[in-house]
Amino acid sequence: MLLLAFDTATPAVTAAIGESAPDGAFTLRAGASSVDARRHGELLSPTVQRLTEEAGVTLADLDAIAVGIGPGPYTGLRVGLATAHALADALGVPCHGVTTLDALAFATGRTEPFLAMTDARRKEVFWARYDDRLTRVGEVGVARPAELDTGGLPLVGDGARMYAEVLGAGTADPAPLHPDAAAMAELALLRLSRGVELPAPNPLYLRRPDAVVPGAPKKVRQWVK
Amino acid sequence: MSDLPLILGIESSCDETGVALVRGCELLGDSVASSVDQHVRFGGVVPEVASRAHLEAMTPTVRRALDSAGAKLSDVDAIAVTAGPGLAGALLVGVSAAKAYSMALGKPLYGVNHLVGHVAVDQLEHGPLPKPAIALLVSGGHTSLLLVNDLATDVVSLGDTVDDAAGEAYDKVARLLELPYPGGPPIDKAAQKGNAKAMRFPRGKWGDGTYDFSFSGLKTAVARHVEDADRQGLPLVVADIAAAFQESVVDVLTRKAVDACVEHGVSTLVISGGVAANSALRALAEQRCRDAGIELRVPRPRLCTDNGAMIAALGAEVVAAGLPPSALDLATDTSLPVESPLAT
Ligand SMILES: [Zn+2]
Repeated sequence: MLLLAFDTATPAVTAAIGESAPDGAFTLRAGASSVDARRHGELLSPTVQRLTEEAGVTLADLDAIAVGIGPGPYTGLRVGLATAHALADALGVPCHGVTTLDALAFATGRTEPFLAMTDARRKEVFWARYDDRLTRVGEVGVARPAELDTGGLPLVGDGARMYAEVLGAGTADPAPLHPDAAAMAELALLRLSRGVELPAPNPLYLRRPDAVVPGAPKKVRQWVK
Repeated sequence: MSDLPLILGIESSCDETGVALVRGCELLGDSVASSVDQHVRFGGVVPEVASRAHLEAMTPTVRRALDSAGAKLSDVDAIAVTAGPGLAGALLVGVSAAKAYSMALGKPLYGVNHLVGHVAVDQLEHGPLPKPAIALLVSGGHTSLLLVNDLATDVVSLGDTVDDAAGEAYDKVARLLELPYPGGPPIDKAAQKGNAKAMRFPRGKWGDGTYDFSFSGLKTAVARHVEDADRQGLPLVVADIAAAFQESVVDVLTRKAVDACVEHGVSTLVISGGVAANSALRALAEQRCRDAGIELRVPRPRLCTDNGAMIAALGAEVVAAGLPPSALDLATDTSLPVESPLAT
């Protein structure tokens, strides 16, 4: 099964083409990542195009697409999702969601409990707890680092690096900082081969849009009491 | 006709997700999903709400547009998408989707200018646009006067609003009069029962020798009138205020548009954008164009508001002009100048 995976829910734009053999063995055919929080929209499609050339395949050869569903800053996140939806629509292949923190967690290779966290902006982190690289405990959340009970567990991801001072213990080795689509592709193919249903490719926003219902119009006459 | 390329147009610059299929000057099918209902209680478009709605609506809207045209994606020869101007997050959804369709179908991508699209769409209604033409774009987001020498290659900005867009002024005045959002239709309706001469509001930048517009002074004058009536315990004659406000807006718009035609020796005026559906604007524009011997072209309301057809129509022009496609690293540009019908 040939799968294209990408994620744009963090400052990284990461994409990969991976293949699983009938026995489940994973082969990475091509992969690339770059970190530029402001250019997701410019970088993603050319990267995908280049990877197909490197892998010696065409988009029409793909059997499925996996896309990071966040959580992550929304504008970047939507670049990946809009791309994935349209590719899947045009190619007539299934599109699966992968929680961005799950991809990050999988790439750690860890076998003991830890927390993964990414930058949520506004001095908050998106986070989740894992028993090991494959097993998330509970839902992903958004929190102020100072209010997060880490239980002294190791912390990974850019969120851990950014708030190392507040988070204290556990932040000594926060690598990897960003998700890697190679790991995302492997994780998605692993779950698919085991018959685990992947999430729908819909964004995990975790916050409501900022918007205020306006009050009464401002008075224009200064002397009106 | 069928040897002309089939263009898929995608629009997502504000609160409408629009997709259409166009061949030459023929609209074959279109679909629009609007998030306007989600913005009503905020009294204006909330960018994050609009962006979320675009993402949800994009592929279903593409499918509906294809169905309405009786076409398949594999029939598409080129993809045109709004590259700007517009809301950053909203534009990115459409451009990302358009790039993906372009890659997957192996068909060229053209990032085009939303404002010029508002003019190009008239070709779907009235056929090829005479060259040159003057265009007045009026909506909640724009108030622009353009000299259009060629839709694909030569558009000149003559003037713009220096503060609020015309439609924005309608929204703000509607709020003062406790009329619903968007303010255009309810003010237009109220005004039809009112006396426009009952009071006189200022005409911003009237006779200042430019083609620029200003509506914030007008809005303030209406606010002052409402406050004064309130303070003196006088009843608010909403219909009269709406009529007088509307007359002030359309007087300046039509006068400057006709002046531009006369000065540049142009005999065709296109009025487009959401406010083009306004009955007072149409009536006064018709009268003044008739008096000045100018042909007035106003697309039907559905084509005047934001939609995919305008983008596909401009895409068709750009392809016909033989311009090079946009690269896959095409960037969105929230303030793409109107002089760039095709983004680079
Ligand atoms: Zn518009």
